[in-house]
Amino acid sequence: MNSNRGLAALSAGRARPPHVVADRKVRHRHRMYTSYAQQRAILNTGARRKSVLLIAGMAVALTFMMPDEDLVLLSVGLAAAIGAIGLNLVTGYAGQISLGHAFFVGLGAYTASCLGATGPGREVALGWDGLVWFPAAFVLTGVVGVVLAPVAVRLRGLYLAIVTLGLVLIGVHFFRELTHITGGAGLGRSGPSFTFAGFELDVDRNFLGLVMTGEQISYLFVLIVMIAMAACASNLVRSRLGRAFAAIRDRDLVADPMGIDPFRVKMTAFGVSSAYAGAAGALLAAITGYIEPSGFGLSMSIQYLAMILLGGLASISGSIAGALFITVLPRLSQSLAGLLPFMDDSGSGAGLLTAFQLEQILYGLLIVLFVLVEPGGLVGIWNRIRSYWRSFPFTY
Amino acid sequence: MTILLQTLATGLAIGSVYTLLAVGFVMIYKATRVINFAHPSLMLVGATTTALLTVQLSVPFFVSVLASVAVVALLAAVIERLAVRPMIGKSVFAIVLATIGLDVAVRVVAGRWIGNAVRPIRDPWGLDTVAMGGVIVQQRHIATFFVMVLCVGALYLFFQHSRFGLAMRATALDQEAAAVQGISVGRVFAVSWLIAGALAAVAGSFASSGVGVDQQTWLIALKALPAVIIGGLDSIQGALVGGLTVGIVEAVVAVYQPGAIPVLGQSFALVAPYVAMFLVLLVRPFGIWGTREVERV
Repeated sequence: MNSNRGLAALSAGRARPPHVVADRKVRHRHRMYTSYAQQRAILNTGARRKSVLLIAGMAVALTFMMPDEDLVLLSVGLAAAIGAIGLNLVTGYAGQISLGHAFFVGLGAYTASCLGATGPGREVALGWDGLVWFPAAFVLTGVVGVVLAPVAVRLRGLYLAIVTLGLVLIGVHFFRELTHITGGAGLGRSGPSFTFAGFELDVDRNFLGLVMTGEQISYLFVLIVMIAMAACASNLVRSRLGRAFAAIRDRDLVADPMGIDPFRVKMTAFGVSSAYAGAAGALLAAITGYIEPSGFGLSMSIQYLAMILLGGLASISGSIAGALFITVLPRLSQSLAGLLPFMDDSGSGAGLLTAFQLEQILYGLLIVLFVLVEPGGLVGIWNRIRSYWRSFPFTY
Repeated sequence: MTILLQTLATGLAIGSVYTLLAVGFVMIYKATRVINFAHPSLMLVGATTTALLTVQLSVPFFVSVLASVAVVALLAAVIERLAVRPMIGKSVFAIVLATIGLDVAVRVVAGRWIGNAVRPIRDPWGLDTVAMGGVIVQQRHIATFFVMVLCVGALYLFFQHSRFGLAMRATALDQEAAAVQGISVGRVFAVSWLIAGALAAVAGSFASSGVGVDQQTWLIALKALPAVIIGGLDSIQGALVGGLTVGIVEAVVAVYQPGAIPVLGQSFALVAPYVAMFLVLLVRPFGIWGTREVERV
């Protein structure tokens, strides 16, 4: 009966989700979809609706539970999540390996800084509002991505990986040289002022008796932007274009005769991915308030790849989880350093490793471990736990 | 004219280092269809081992190079066995990431010993020069060039005239057919990585002779990637020509670009190989000697 209703709704072109009724009948997670509309829905099961709401609620609650410096770290993680979603669109969904993501993040950061930074300095600083610099960073990097895409679209697999690696190294060179925009190597420049529509986000405020610090306000703002952009990406990947991405990833030669233009789809993937990277860069520059050219090098690209790999390829929630995990990894390895006997926590060079070196090793080995043992990433682990309990006590 | 000749000589020497690395990349690619992004770390370990042996333990230079060749070849074989062999059949992306992860981890371990200083290598040349008909050339450059010729020549003989070389060529052509003929494909993988590691150690040792090893040394190995791409991923002679071309391009740009096109910045020579790579790829997407990928639907 449900399937009839679903098909009827589909043929009538109405968007009313029929699974609401089904939800009331079956208390557990659906194992089957009863309509095409439900399968394609963004929150396609009751459990997913609840868990998304719960996690979003927890993220908001964190604002008032965490100390300010941890909130800054989380804000950086959320901004990085936007970039990771972008990389996942091109690499996870469309299957084009990009080692050049850091270049686009840098481009976004510098666009935002040039337009949004205030005050006299050696660098370009126009002091415009966030309503200008944020969209500008998004659009400009997207356009640059589309302009560079034709070179990338001709190449496949490993050739593409190496060319994008070249892009990032050339990018760092110019970021270092263009001192009137970037401040130059080692010096850096200030980021854009965190002001949207005349509202400064990074100052302490009193909302009708609720006192909030600047860090809390910026965290909430970045959280909202991230959720909005994640929702857009989720919508994108379940659309016609998203299915075209997957077709290109799985077999671009077959996608072509099926009516998908590989050139256009790959170019779109690069464009959207770069635009997301630009948005991430703009927010990162605004949160940290200072950017330095060497930061946008190969190691940042590898970091973003690690995020989507550890989080889960072709998964939006995985990108977010991975980005947060990689961002808090330094903090984790610092705590770990205090527990291990051979660590050098005095900074004297006496121990075997410093916290930073431990972090780097951890993170290299984590990549290898995930590739070997759990290619599905954190999302893969979660799915396994879920299906284990769903059929408990049976194994399948 | 003298400056041009001098520049070309320097270019050939830098190019020799790239060639040694590029041949390693190509060998690994031909055998296992993997680009080994852990190659920079192998080269760094090679250079570090040579520095450690020559300075700390006062071992003669050539003995140290041989020892470091052994160490790195072994390391490469271990990486192949533990990390790459289990991944046969996985996606290119997964294997690329695994080698990148290994690279990060190994580089930190080697970098831990290097520290912030430049670790010198005690070699017979230092920065001494020799004049050849008015052209002043560094002795270490001449040595690097000859060692490269020696290595590539030996490899050529190995591939063309030894039984195992033939087995390696067969495996590169078609793994299944080779296995059916009784060739141990696994051993071919291991030997490819072993030789590539050995070449990386030679490249690292000679690239750092005279100037020493520091935290930036690994970037040299990244510049061998444009060489590989320009020549074509699966062509040894492509690696040779690509490596020397990249070296010459870098040297020429380093000498002439600051005067001719100052807009591009001071150290543009360091990224010139990548720009050259872009230009070649615009014309030939599979490099100059690379096999055009033919796929069946």
